[in-house]
Amino acid sequence: MKVIAALGRLWLVPVVLVAWEVVTRAAEQPFFPPPSAVLARMHEMWFSGPPSRLLLTDGALADLGPSMARLFSGWLLTAVIGVAAGIAIGCSPRLSDYVNPLIQFGRAVPPPLLVPFFLALLKLGTPAQLATIVFGVIWPILLNTIDGARTVDRQHLETARIFGLSAAQRLWRVILPSALPKIFAGLRLALSLALILMVIAEIFAGTDGIGYRLLYTQRSYLYPDMWGCIVLLGVLGYLLNSAFLLVERRVLAWHRGARQTT
Amino acid sequence: MLKITDLVHSYGPHRVLGGVSLSVAEGELVSVVGPSGCGKSTLLRSVAGLIRPSGGRITLGGQPVERTPDDLAIVFQDYSRSLFPWMSAANNVALPLRRKGLDRKQRREAAMAALDQVGLADAGNKYPWEMSGGMQQRVSIARALAYRPSLLLMDEPFGSVDAQTREDLEDLVLNVCAHHGMTILLITHDIDESVYVGDRVVVLTKSPTVVAADLVIDLGRIRDQIATRQLDAFVRLRAEVGRLVRGGGTGHTTESTSVLEKK
Repeated sequence: MKVIAALGRLWLVPVVLVAWEVVTRAAEQPFFPPPSAVLARMHEMWFSGPPSRLLLTDGALADLGPSMARLFSGWLLTAVIGVAAGIAIGCSPRLSDYVNPLIQFGRAVPPPLLVPFFLALLKLGTPAQLATIVFGVIWPILLNTIDGARTVDRQHLETARIFGLSAAQRLWRVILPSALPKIFAGLRLALSLALILMVIAEIFAGTDGIGYRLLYTQRSYLYPDMWGCIVLLGVLGYLLNSAFLLVERRVLAWHRGARQTT
Repeated sequence: MLKITDLVHSYGPHRVLGGVSLSVAEGELVSVVGPSGCGKSTLLRSVAGLIRPSGGRITLGGQPVERTPDDLAIVFQDYSRSLFPWMSAANNVALPLRRKGLDRKQRREAAMAALDQVGLADAGNKYPWEMSGGMQQRVSIARALAYRPSLLLMDEPFGSVDAQTREDLEDLVLNVCAHHGMTILLITHDIDESVYVGDRVVVLTKSPTVVAADLVIDLGRIRDQIATRQLDAFVRLRAEVGRLVRGGGTGHTTESTSVLEKK
């Protein structure tokens, strides 16, 4: 039954693809190349390399390598900053009162608006790009961590206190694990935001990467190539989210178990 | 061991404790019983140093309790919010032992020994949410045992489990109490239970709470779920405590001073 249900949901994908193919072929618009042409270009540009390199071409490494490095370093850097700051703020009601208005203001500023500022302040390339990613993705991580640290069960904290757990034990063994489900929700949101901001940063402040390739192909009227970039980014987002869910399911197995039984 | 003198506590204008005095001697199991809302938990939280009472004195081993005392353990009613669901049973038991200066292996051994004593020798690697309520409460008790506290506080420890499990856990506590010479202050709203497990029963009044009576339960240390409850002395004591909890006087039990000593 599950297989049939899954197939029942999936049938729409090929239908849409075929319809797209038929319509774009009939229309013969240069802006809308048929999916087959897009896929052919994607294969040519990125996936016709030797098997020893997982079929990746030099072009794939040149486009994806810097982008992925930016995405992950930006995301991980933000995760460390966001979780550390979030735990500190969440554990201290007074600090939370002080910084809350600043956080609310900061998250209301659309991060792409800051790209010109970062470009003026920092060097074109990695520093400005990283700053854009960090500033854009820190909010869901920070807010979720604050919430997680603030809502640790009172009885868990009292248990920790009565059994004389040290401050470090309380942090690592009680507060952090307790906040982890919310932290992970923030990290997942941040990961998809990081992909968007990575592209934006590369379009506005880049000389390489998939975002830069997107801009370049658009300016050179290489529409199948441009569509290839868009599809690749979509697939990338999907894969990143799936991979993250896989990790989350492992790390938070206790959380799912505990929720199912109570 | 534990001495509480004229303990007073108010939440805003509402006075909960109106001068509670009681003491617990080394190795004694004292059950505290009272009507609901009488400040039993406030009393316990004051002893644990979780709240600062408005007035009065609490000393543990001669030392005044100002913060959470070092060698105090607790078993809460709500085991699911007291055990950490992200740790296995053995790790839950072992976690507080680091401050006792034990290394990882010793902590693990102590935890397994404690789990063995509560009948969970094979459950060390299970997570709390993989266990029944009774098993989880056993893990809580094991954690307290392994910690070797000078005073163990129990806050309605059997309030959330079924009747059969409750009896098992009562006997478990009686056993370990006798075996380790543990000093226990047990809070309950269950009159029958207070008499069954206690060496003494302290009955509290409605708030503002004072001690209504302090009864010695002279039923010997060995108790049996069926036989003890059939004893005339048990039935009399249970009735006596019941009357006191409902706010009545000590009534006609004064003639039975051989089993009941009014302090």
